[in-house]
Amino acid sequence: MKRIVILGAGTAGTMMLNKLHKRLDTKEWEFTIIDQDEMHYYQPGFLFIPFDIYERDDVIKPKKYFLPPDARLKISPIDHVDPESKKVHLSDGEEVPYDFLIIATGTDIRPDEIEGMKEDLWKRDVFDFYTLDGAVSLSERLKNFKGGRLVLNIAEMPIKCPVAPLEFIFLADDYFKKRGIRDKVDLEFVTPLSGAFTKPIAAKHLGRMMEDKNIHLTTDFNIGQVDNDEKKIVSWDEREVPFDLLVTIPTNMGDDYVMRSEMGDELNFIPTDPHTLRHKTYEDIFVLGDATDLPTSKAGSVAHFEAEILEDNFIDVVEGRECSQSFDGHANCFIESGGGKGIMIDFNYDVEPLPGKYPWANVGPFSLLKETKMNHYGKLFFKWVYWNLLLPGRQLPLESQMTMNGKIQVDKEEEQKEQVMT
Amino acid sequence: MDTQTEKKLNIERDEDGHLADYTEWNEEVAEQLAEEEGIELTDRHWVVINFMRDDYEEKKEAPSIRRIKTYSDVGTKELYQLFPKGPAKKASKIAGLPKPKGCI
Ligand SMILES: Cc1cc2nc3c(=O)[nH]c(=O)nc-3n(C[C@H](O)[C@H](O)[C@H](O)COP(=O)(O)OP(=O)(O)OC[C@H]3O[C@@H](n4cnc5c(N)ncnc54)[C@H](O)[C@@H]3O)c2cc1C
Repeated sequence: MKRIVILGAGTAGTMMLNKLHKRLDTKEWEFTIIDQDEMHYYQPGFLFIPFDIYERDDVIKPKKYFLPPDARLKISPIDHVDPESKKVHLSDGEEVPYDFLIIATGTDIRPDEIEGMKEDLWKRDVFDFYTLDGAVSLSERLKNFKGGRLVLNIAEMPIKCPVAPLEFIFLADDYFKKRGIRDKVDLEFVTPLSGAFTKPIAAKHLGRMMEDKNIHLTTDFNIGQVDNDEKKIVSWDEREVPFDLLVTIPTNMGDDYVMRSEMGDELNFIPTDPHTLRHKTYEDIFVLGDATDLPTSKAGSVAHFEAEILEDNFIDVVEGRECSQSFDGHANCFIESGGGKGIMIDFNYDVEPLPGKYPWANVGPFSLLKETKMNHYGKLFFKWVYWNLLLPGRQLPLESQMTMNGKIQVDKEEEQKEQVMT
Repeated sequence: MDTQTEKKLNIERDEDGHLADYTEWNEEVAEQLAEEEGIELTDRHWVVINFMRDDYEEKKEAPSIRRIKTYSDVGTKELYQLFPKGPAKKASKIAGLPKPKGCI
């Protein structure tokens, strides 16, 4: 038996396991997937929790539901990888040997990287929404928010889903309007970038949308510390932004086991060949999802496109050929823009997001860089796609309207919530 | 003023005013580029510049502040003192490297 070991049973690891399990003979191949958490989180849903559009139950399901029954799911933190002896060392003492290793351990927030962030005001007036607990506690705090300065701050790039902070501020605008207190709330978006987004054309577009919604944009702000006494954030070049409520996207880093394995860069991201998705040093290791150091967005959509490429490349390698597929950095995201609308962007390593249409069999086309209701529905529909098509490793785009229509009914509940919103 | 010194240096620049070719750099060029930025180079500046050039050789990309602070002994606070306002941009310019790409 040859052994494939996958680190991380999140979006990318789960998808990859399901794809390879379908392609390889299970009499010859043994599959192990390792994660520290028994539950799978639908992270794009975290965005909607602070505004009571989704709740905890919408975004959490047991991991084992999404894995082939004959694959081994091992629950333990990973301590380190020894690529020379081809073994993964787990925190519970177990050693897991492999013939091929696929790394998909993603990225997590590190509020402790910012001075003063995890102190007195943490979870009182300073919140994140990149974790389920953060999103749930923020929803409580927002309910009691009667007015004042709501500041959203991105600590440092790169972050996963770089559009999520924008969506948050757009949804906050909407939320306070609905509560009838928008005139009592100042919204400010404070970013280390020189514009609203990383790519110039999209940044201009999104910057204009902020202006229209009366959201103040502060750029080139590199946070040095959170001042808990005076309730302000201070940049390294000594600019200050006061807040009543701070919503932060703290530094995003790969897990520390990457550092212990001496396999990562300064943010514990793993040097990966941008086209083959092979580890830059070790031929029997592949990397995908947020864990890579690739110059594209860290997003579920990217993990999906990578998984399609890696599926073929992996088969090539185990059958003794060169990798035949090349990843181009393809990313696309729906951006919730409030008021029941959304916009969509689509780009890769070389082409920045441009306006136009994005065709998607039977459901689309979606309008790119333009606010439409259709894009908003696309975003909400994505939850169903995620649980039912993406994780099981099924082919996208969807095959036929029929199967799709049949299954959307399952999420009637969501449509109703949706109607309450609009 | 800027264009005058640029002419004085007579080395091709990119659209951001950084050297178009990092191999045309030497220590004198660095001194002049620093002058354009109103910075007088000390030993600590040189620690940063040398690290950045070595790192660029390997990575073919100008390092971020986090990368500099992780792999050299110069912390973020000191970086802002040495290269006020935008240390990553300013230091990369003086080191003869392209502007750091920033992020995606
Ligand atoms: C608020 C928010 C909104 C988002 N919105 C979107 C969106 O609209 N569209 C989109 O495409 N993407 C979105 N994303 C991004 C998307 O969720 C991620 O890019 C995607 O989940 C990445 O998949 P991954 O498998 O690389 O990492 P993950 O899904 O995070 O999985 C990593 C797994 O590794 C495990 N792990 C890590 N370290 C260890 C260790 N030491 N030991 C054991 N296990 C470990 C973790 O427990 C986890 O299960 C959003 C993310 C957030 C936070």
